[in-house]
Amino acid sequence: MAGSIKAKHQRLVLLAVALVVLIGAALLAAWALRNQASYFYVPSDIVARPPEPDRAVRLGGMVEKGSLKTAADGVTVDFVVQDGKARVPVTFRGIVPSLFVEGSGVVAEGRLGANGTFVADNLLAKHDENYVPREMQDMTKEQAKQVVAETQ
Amino acid sequence: MMAEIGLAALWLAAALAGLQLVAGSLALTARGAALGGAVRPVAMVQGLLALLAFACLIYVFSVSDLSVKLVALNSHSMKPLVYKIAGTWGNHEGSMLLWVTVMGVAGGFVALVERRLPERTMLATLAGQSFVSLGFYAFLLFASNPFERLSPVPAEGNGLNPLLQDLGLAFHPPTLYLGYVGLSIAFSFAIGALITSEVGPAFARAMRPWVLGAWIFLTVGIAAGSYWAYYELGWGGWWFWDPVENASLMPWLAATALLHSCSVLASRNALRAWTVMLGVVAFSMSMIGTFLVRSGILTSVHAFAVDPQRGTFILALLAIYIGGALILFGLRASSVTEGERFALVSREGALVFNNVMLSAILGIVLFGTLYPLVAETFGAKVSVGPPYFNPMGALFAVPMLVVLAVGPLLRWRRDRFARVGKNLVIPAMLVAAAAIGLLVIGGVALLPFLGLALALGLAWASLLPLKGRNLRRTPLPIWGMVTAHFGIAVALFGMSSESAFSVEKLVAVKIGEVTQVGPWGVKLDTVEPVAGPNWTALEARLLVRYGADGKVTRMLPQSRSFWAPPQQTSESALLTRWNGQLYAVLGGEAPAVDDKDEAKSAAGSDQGRWQLRLWWKPFVPLIWLGGLLIALGGALALAGHVLADLRRTIARSKIAYRRERQGR
Repeated sequence: MAGSIKAKHQRLVLLAVALVVLIGAALLAAWALRNQASYFYVPSDIVARPPEPDRAVRLGGMVEKGSLKTAADGVTVDFVVQDGKARVPVTFRGIVPSLFVEGSGVVAEGRLGANGTFVADNLLAKHDENYVPREMQDMTKEQAKQVVAETQ
Repeated sequence: MMAEIGLAALWLAAALAGLQLVAGSLALTARGAALGGAVRPVAMVQGLLALLAFACLIYVFSVSDLSVKLVALNSHSMKPLVYKIAGTWGNHEGSMLLWVTVMGVAGGFVALVERRLPERTMLATLAGQSFVSLGFYAFLLFASNPFERLSPVPAEGNGLNPLLQDLGLAFHPPTLYLGYVGLSIAFSFAIGALITSEVGPAFARAMRPWVLGAWIFLTVGIAAGSYWAYYELGWGGWWFWDPVENASLMPWLAATALLHSCSVLASRNALRAWTVMLGVVAFSMSMIGTFLVRSGILTSVHAFAVDPQRGTFILALLAIYIGGALILFGLRASSVTEGERFALVSREGALVFNNVMLSAILGIVLFGTLYPLVAETFGAKVSVGPPYFNPMGALFAVPMLVVLAVGPLLRWRRDRFARVGKNLVIPAMLVAAAAIGLLVIGGVALLPFLGLALALGLAWASLLPLKGRNLRRTPLPIWGMVTAHFGIAVALFGMSSESAFSVEKLVAVKIGEVTQVGPWGVKLDTVEPVAGPNWTALEARLLVRYGADGKVTRMLPQSRSFWAPPQQTSESALLTRWNGQLYAVLGGEAPAVDDKDEAKSAAGSDQGRWQLRLWWKPFVPLIWLGGLLIALGGALALAGHVLADLRRTIARSKIAYRRERQGR
């Protein structure tokens, strides 16, 4: 074959090719992670520094008492998530988790719409003692008590 | 009593692992050579003792012996027997015991049957295996004793997470564990070969059945886990890039690469150091996966408990084994002499490409899985999902799939594209035809477009190695390769079709109301309460019909409430047709809309509306059918290699017998 690799160096060439591809993959991964990772916000963060629209983020907080409303189609719910400092309206189309009630903690996955309403694709509520979203564990420590006290 | 027997067996097994390590290492030196004979029997007895300990734990779970802490925490006397047994490994301690049991039994089995390698390499291999086992024994005995007693004895146990009470899932973890831990054999072989510097075709042939076996179990385990997530979580998806899913995918990627480089080493005596490296990496990925899942540092449905102490213990084990193996590799790799050379365009070249791409995908998945942990140490909470994994994975998967169509047709050592080119005309035309068809339909996203276009061509190309062969005389490993590659095309078609053509419908309907999803008409007939052994549920009866004049079929999705522990789950209902699956989930009763409507409904009828989530997913079952074909291909290859080895052994012993008789 024309231009075939000088046989003596084949091992080195193979090693170099593998390294180049793997380093390339690592760099690409690092670049993509910066752009694609979904950040976690509490309401006061998202109000102070809103993420750019259409960027996937997660919003965690307490569902405000008296804010939960079901729309006329029977499958869209609107509610307010708050952390005692700020309030964010959230809309979600789907079947809500069974433990999702007013006054409970929730993590909403989705994006912030242009009008300031958070459009959730998925809701994570506190499932059981063994499965609590990590963000909510931290929140129960730092904020939840105070938040619950304020929402009740 | 059984718990104490189990604990005693576990301690004895750990002690024997220590003996195996010492005897195996000393036997490599000139003075300790006499100890060599002890290593194999010790390995076998160690495996048996570990098995005994595991049997004891299954026993205490099946009789619900609540004086054992683990049973009290994870089981419940009212549970069906099969879930009591499955509860044995549905928790941290039990699953770690399963881990060491599989390691011990696999090591004992290797000691029993493996006679092809030089005895020094075998001794080093078994010593390596016991060295790894020893760490996990220590972890069990000091940080997570499964047989701990509880006083006073509680009246009732806590129960098992209802999500895990499912027949498919009951046997999913053991399958995956056989795969994870089966790779420890490849790891130990790699260590043995590094210590004695004996890397060659014989080493690859000895290692290959073990890698294949582990890989088959991993493949089946991943496919089963994906199907479980699909129907049990009720979210309609089949892969979530959840850390636990990634933890099973990473060893599979490494094992797939290892499998292919093994065949290069066995047939052509090339890629020596690379194969050894992959042997180390594959089991390292198993251990990293276990660390991620068991340490509780990542959130997941599968993560049993958050316990930093255990996390630190496993992290230390990881550092010792992975770090140690890599240092050994660094020190000894130069003593592994270079193998045979090959041209760029050759079977070897294609397999190297496959290996590099698989390694790159492995790197992408590993980075994405670890990134949230790294970011958290810098104070940022992030999660990484499909927007990262799908395009980044496809970037390397698509070129690999293209080469997959060509590679098996190439000759070893050196070949020309011109020779194989004419075979590929039909697959290329299929790809082009599919691409044009999809462009005409329109509205298909890039990744499913690529997948659908490639799948048809790949399916055809994967069968080409059979062309011109007498099918009845084709060796089993060739059939295995063709079946597995065809399975890849089938699964790819299913995945792409699911993401390109799925139709979703989310509605709140009254009893008697009909709704449409894709070609299906769905009528909500009744919603009634039903009861099971440890749950009650609301069950909807749906009458569904395909097209305008299809047969009416019933579907029964449920919304279940378990009472031990209290939790609600959705039991989705699936209806499979040759061209796809209809997927139905029952939500809750939709609340009254507002005052006016409430007044109206109170006046008109007291009927509520029920939330239904329906999906029509064309060709989605092909994903798991493809997965099973891939595993079947592995099984055919394994059977072929084992039979060939057996024939060789029998022939050799016949020759020896004849010589002996002639000598007499």
